[in-house]
Amino acid sequence: MNISLTGQPVSRKTPARDPSRTSTGLLPLTVRSVNLSIDGTALLKDISLTIDNNKITALMGHNGAGKSLLIRVLHGILTPQSGQVEWNGQPVEDIKVRKRQSMVFQKPVLLRRSVAANIDYVLALRKLSSKTRRDELLQIAGLSEKAKQQARSLSGGEQQRLAIARALATNPEVLLMDEPTANLDPQATSRIESLIHQASEQAIKIILVTHDLAQAQRVADDVIFLDNGNVAEHSSATTFFTQPASAAGHSYISGYLQTATEKRPL
Amino acid sequence: MQDFQHSFTYAFRLVVQADATLLEIVSLSLRVSVGATLLACLIGLPLGAILATRDFPGKWLLTVITNTLMGMPPVVLGLLVYMLLSRAGPLGWLEMLYTPGAMILVQFLLVLPIVTALTRQIIEDSWQEYKEQFRSLCLSNTTTILTLLWDTRNGLLTAALAGFARAISEVGAVIIVGGNINHLTRVMTTAIALETSKGDLALALALGMILLSIALVVNALVYSARLRVT
Ligand SMILES: Nc1ncnc2c1ncn2[C@@H]1O[C@H](COP(=O)(O)OP(=O)(O)OP(=O)(O)O)[C@@H](O)[C@H]1O
Ligand SMILES: [Mg+2]
Repeated sequence: MNISLTGQPVSRKTPARDPSRTSTGLLPLTVRSVNLSIDGTALLKDISLTIDNNKITALMGHNGAGKSLLIRVLHGILTPQSGQVEWNGQPVEDIKVRKRQSMVFQKPVLLRRSVAANIDYVLALRKLSSKTRRDELLQIAGLSEKAKQQARSLSGGEQQRLAIARALATNPEVLLMDEPTANLDPQATSRIESLIHQASEQAIKIILVTHDLAQAQRVADDVIFLDNGNVAEHSSATTFFTQPASAAGHSYISGYLQTATEKRPL
Repeated sequence: MQDFQHSFTYAFRLVVQADATLLEIVSLSLRVSVGATLLACLIGLPLGAILATRDFPGKWLLTVITNTLMGMPPVVLGLLVYMLLSRAGPLGWLEMLYTPGAMILVQFLLVLPIVTALTRQIIEDSWQEYKEQFRSLCLSNTTTILTLLWDTRNGLLTAALAGFARAISEVGAVIIVGGNINHLTRVMTTAIALETSKGDLALALALGMILLSIALVVNALVYSARLRVT
């Protein structure tokens, strides 16, 4: 497919951007001693981490571990009491840095307009209005046929695909996703995963919160495991799924490891 | 009973024949109330949206005031505007008392808190839902408000029509500042009150029927607009 997720014309002569290169211009992401508490309860505790690969990072952990809070802090829409978040040395508070990222929320928040109008809205916002680009994004999301339908009348899976297409409309260098496939059936999930893969192939850095171990194994290159507001470990996906370094990580995947090894050896 | 029947027949005839007096009264009513509602929306929609989305000192007070004004007895409002506009009053030099302008002013003041309070409520609900998404998109305050106003247009249309209904059905305040002067400030409600007291039930009834039809048409329009949009 000659459709570009980043809005750059795809030419056969120039090779696709190399996804293994280590910088999109926003990487590395450096988080230093982030502490966040709400109403006196510490929810993120002295979090420090560095992400410098331009691939897919999975953010995992139990319910209430702080994944949704952390991804919002990384995106700069939630400000911690202390600590720094820097994208390639620039603070995330800088609106120019934030505009180079997009976020997809667990529950898509679509405007009360048509499917096409939802994309047009974001394109216009970034002064990128173009009918060609809109149609291209709709095609990527598999929603060309539903362009005129009211966005809020789409099915859950379609809404999530529209939310991703809309997030891509800003030509982000980083795409943050908070459980984009929660509540979706396996088919809808695999469509979203292929969108994620496509975006990653276009050199968009992806940070993905997920509970789905199989999904993390399918898409992730590295895993950050959060436990009760702490980073328990940050390992390559292979390491995490074979010999997790932390006790918390080990106990989280142990049940899965057993069932998974019985069915298909890792 | 015969009298009753007679009045109805006569009222129908007035409506069907588009009686000149009747038309004059209806058209003034519409101009005054539509004008007052439009003005109230012009200020009330953005004001309600700001109250819903922004934090500023005095916001709490402003919210309480609009909510209180919503329940203000119209006659009291009429009295206040009368004092303001009367020859000795601070705005007496405008010579607006007993003009359609005075009626627009009083209806505007009556509708403004309704539109503002309803807008604030409607927008606040959506704002809670949209907040994070908008922050993620780095929307400016103006874009935020314009987007919210457009996305809640159905609810806001209902709010505006609730305001219009309040305006066009008002009697007390309008009589005080308008004076119910024939050919100048006589509107449907004040005419109904007058004709009924004079015993001319036919004209009163005809006006009543038109008031009801306006309410019907307006509601039908809103309902069909809703069906198309959602
Ligand atoms: N606004 C808030 N006020 C108080 N506590 C909060 C608030 N937001 C989150 N928390 C608490 O912070 C903790 C982490 O929340 P978070 O939403 O980040 O969890 P999560 O890892 O995303 O969980 P899940 O897998 O269920 O989505 C939870 O215990 C939650 O109750
Ligand atoms: Mg969460």
